[in-house]
Amino acid sequence: MTSHLAVLQVVTPLLAAPVVVILHNKTLGWLIATLVSLSCFIIACVLCLQIYDGNNIVYTLGGWAAPAGIEYHVDRLTAFLLIIISGLATFILIGARESIDNEISADRLYLFYTAFLLNLTGLLGVIVTGDAFNVFVFIEIASLSSYALISIGRDKRSLYAAYQYLIFGTIGASFILIAIGLMYAVTGTLNIHDLHERLAHVQDSRTLITALAFFIIGIGLKAAIWPLHIWLPDAYTYSPSIVSTFLAGTSTKVFIYVLIRFVFSIFGIEFSINELSVQYILMSVALIAIVYGSLQAIKQDSLKRLLAYSSIAQIGYMILAISLVTVAGVAAGLIHVFNHAIIKVTLFLCVANIIYFTGTDSINKLAGLGKQMPVTCGLFVIAGLSIIGVPLTAGFTSKWFLIKATIDSGYWLVIPVIVISSLMAIVYIWKVVEQIYFKEADHAHVVTNKAMPYSMYVSLFVFTAACIYFGLQTDINVGLAQLIADDLIGARP
Amino acid sequence: MMMNSLMHPGFLLILAGLLLPLFKGAARTAIILIMPLVALGFIWTLSFGNHLSFEYLGHELGLLKVDAVSRLFITVFALTVFTGSLYCCKQANSTELAAAFCYAGGAMSVVLAADLITLFIFWEIMAIASTLLIWSSRTTSSQKAGMRYVIIHLLGGVILMAGIAAHVYETGSITFEQFQMDSYASIFILCGFLLNAGAPPLTAWLADAYPESSFSGMVFLSAFTTKTAVYVLLRGFPGTEILIFIGIYMIFYGIIYALLENDMRRILAYSIINQVGFMITGIGIGTDMALNGAAAHAFTHIVYKALLLMSAGSVLFMTGKRKCTDLGGLIHTMPVTAICGIIGALAISSFPLTSGFVSKSMITQSSVDEHILWVWLCLQAASAGVFLHAGIKFPWFVFFQKDSGLRPDDPPWNMQAGMILFAFVCIFLGVFPNVLYTMLPYTINYVPYTAAHTVTQLQLLLFSGLAFFIMLPLMKRTLTISLDFDWFYRVAGIRLFDVLMKMIVALSGLSHVFCEKICSLASRAGQLSLNSSVALYMTLVLLIFTSCLIYLLF
Repeated sequence: MTSHLAVLQVVTPLLAAPVVVILHNKTLGWLIATLVSLSCFIIACVLCLQIYDGNNIVYTLGGWAAPAGIEYHVDRLTAFLLIIISGLATFILIGARESIDNEISADRLYLFYTAFLLNLTGLLGVIVTGDAFNVFVFIEIASLSSYALISIGRDKRSLYAAYQYLIFGTIGASFILIAIGLMYAVTGTLNIHDLHERLAHVQDSRTLITALAFFIIGIGLKAAIWPLHIWLPDAYTYSPSIVSTFLAGTSTKVFIYVLIRFVFSIFGIEFSINELSVQYILMSVALIAIVYGSLQAIKQDSLKRLLAYSSIAQIGYMILAISLVTVAGVAAGLIHVFNHAIIKVTLFLCVANIIYFTGTDSINKLAGLGKQMPVTCGLFVIAGLSIIGVPLTAGFTSKWFLIKATIDSGYWLVIPVIVISSLMAIVYIWKVVEQIYFKEADHAHVVTNKAMPYSMYVSLFVFTAACIYFGLQTDINVGLAQLIADDLIGARP
Repeated sequence: MMMNSLMHPGFLLILAGLLLPLFKGAARTAIILIMPLVALGFIWTLSFGNHLSFEYLGHELGLLKVDAVSRLFITVFALTVFTGSLYCCKQANSTELAAAFCYAGGAMSVVLAADLITLFIFWEIMAIASTLLIWSSRTTSSQKAGMRYVIIHLLGGVILMAGIAAHVYETGSITFEQFQMDSYASIFILCGFLLNAGAPPLTAWLADAYPESSFSGMVFLSAFTTKTAVYVLLRGFPGTEILIFIGIYMIFYGIIYALLENDMRRILAYSIINQVGFMITGIGIGTDMALNGAAAHAFTHIVYKALLLMSAGSVLFMTGKRKCTDLGGLIHTMPVTAICGIIGALAISSFPLTSGFVSKSMITQSSVDEHILWVWLCLQAASAGVFLHAGIKFPWFVFFQKDSGLRPDDPPWNMQAGMILFAFVCIFLGVFPNVLYTMLPYTINYVPYTAAHTVTQLQLLLFSGLAFFIMLPLMKRTLTISLDFDWFYRVAGIRLFDVLMKMIVALSGLSHVFCEKICSLASRAGQLSLNSSVALYMTLVLLIFTSCLIYLLF
């Protein structure tokens, strides 16, 4: 049984999805989705313990060995991401029922859970598979189900947002497919480890350069790296709150994983960094993303859109850290992937609660909310401090390692950008705080006829606690991230 | 471990602050009065050395390092918290007291930090708690000022953090000790520290934000932020020459702006900058005598500045007015407040037999010992200036001057008690300076009350007093505001931001037009151009992609 854990990770949610359709019941759907996510989370933790000391697990599907068959490969990086994704899915779902019921019409609820499970399948599959074509397949599973998730809500604008995402997502996925195809043409293999070995011998090939170009653009679209981020604000704003929460925490993170995996493990540092200097492209784009995202966030009135733009800036941080191509840099990037997932989910869950209570996420209409929803607003402030990077919160650890890694690499000029953007983070978080605490309530706008069900606080408390916990106790995420960074580029001379 | 963390005066106050909103009435009063005294007791029972360590971010943190300097600062911090609490134990709201306790606890933890990471963490906690303290006065102007305040302080925080990260990278050690001024890291750290001290060019935050706090909030605010900055400079950068220039600049900046000011609490805020200037000059001189002087001056200044602010706060509390032009003649109905205010004013002017005399004279003396003539001249001139702006101007315009028609009573007994306590401390330290001198970090032999010194100081004060009354018509303030460096971020910064935003909007408009033109060239894409943002980004994607391809291939 334990030898099959790697594949169970993907198979469980995949099989559970049709079951939910057949049962056609929202409560059972929620229960199954939660239990499946939980089991994935437990499996991910077990896998992580198994491979923690460096014995990677290789699982061959159907017993067909590598070049011919498909291989699932679990190493530390994989386990790290698996834990993030399945953990987020579990703890978001636990407290999500009321919000989902509120924002999605009743006859579609079972479809929501189905799409959710498929999305989870896709995301986990992308991470766990060791086959480049399989990566594409799972990207498509994740993307298609997320288009459905985005458009499933009552808000008609979500249809258009999903359509937009569909177009860009498809372009992105096709580009990735082209990149994989070109690599296949050069090497004749699709297995990631095989690819890496064979690509090492085909340096200086135009096909390969083209493959990398296609790949970078494709992944830029999927991971919403500036200037290819345009689909993200609409998709996050108009989809149901829980969907935004889940997508904000997971989907872009998975594509950053794909970026790391392809650039470091397939193309190899020798090729993509030393020869083509991809890192400079990534770094300049990341710096613009940081400033642009923060500036846009300041301008927004919709709370979800504000957080979406803040995500674009935060993705910039991750790309910036990774583009340093040092052990410290990649570790900092991974730490931020982890911490940002937690922080952003906390913020979005607060917004979910606010929308449940008031029916709006327009900041101008939230005046005086601090008195009506003291708990949610208090937690929002904690998570907000965390995203600014105040000490003793998770955001501080990220910022600390990022600044340290930047200085380690000698990029002094990057520091002012980080400084300015954290000031802008203060401004956009403050904008909200000012409204909810310091403006007089204007009841004409706020619909306050609902009592908040306690279940809606469960997830919120879990994630806020995590924000604080990972600010105080950094052994787990930082330790693991540093080991992974060592694995990826430690061997570099 | 557990026991030691409970013995940590900073943690104790933060804990008290966090629990404070749960209590009301007498229980609340008991907590806020007892806790600072307990903290004071702890700091004197702990022996020198580090008592508490913690593993964080792969470094060993030292949270509770006691030595002579930190004990001196903790002592005066605890005294101020006690007196401040006594002063407003009935009047202040719980939010304000909670913020004040966390703020004071943060300041104490900074002082007790053995390493840079701990220092930074509590540095930021201090910034946030002090902002809450400003906001808790709940006026519109305090919200805006608080926002400017927190942005500037978190800016300082990030600069400090960058410096610390670079320092850790260069030296591999996180211990907080004297820095060598030969790297960017040290310069960044110095800038971060100086920002909290109110050094130029970002000096204006202090006089901008503090007077917007409540009548009691400013008593706490005046004590901690600038004085922890003095403390860390004292530990990290003694004898750094640039500090002399910065200090002298601050001294005169404070005097000039205070003389131009009309709001009584802003006068006192400017005088904080002026007094911190004295301390920073002392740190810049860097001899044992000068450092002792800076530490002692920090001690005495906290006491008399708190006293002056309590006096001004009482006036504000009883009359609701804060402008010198609205006040005057209050001595008849508020004798206790007036007398305490005058004692504070004498102390800040270093009148013999007050605490200011025994501390400031050490800094002046050290400039003589080091034969830095121009510093000595500046300090002497500044002593006269201090008497003008704080020593006479504040009490004269508030308590004498003209009859403003106001007839307020003295404030409630607890506020009076706070003032009387600190007035007593001011006199006590002036009469028995050795009590203070034995607490100082370096052993030196210094006698403040020599005939020459006393006479010089008296002459200086009397003549500047004479000058004040001769020039009285010039000294009268009208309802004006003085422009300062903060114009650049209060007005120019916001305008710049607006322009930037408009440019972004205009640019995206332009690119929409551009993109629609391209799209209408092809009929299918022309339909898409109805939906310009999709069209825009599809074009963008294709453009980027093609240019990448062209670049890479050829």
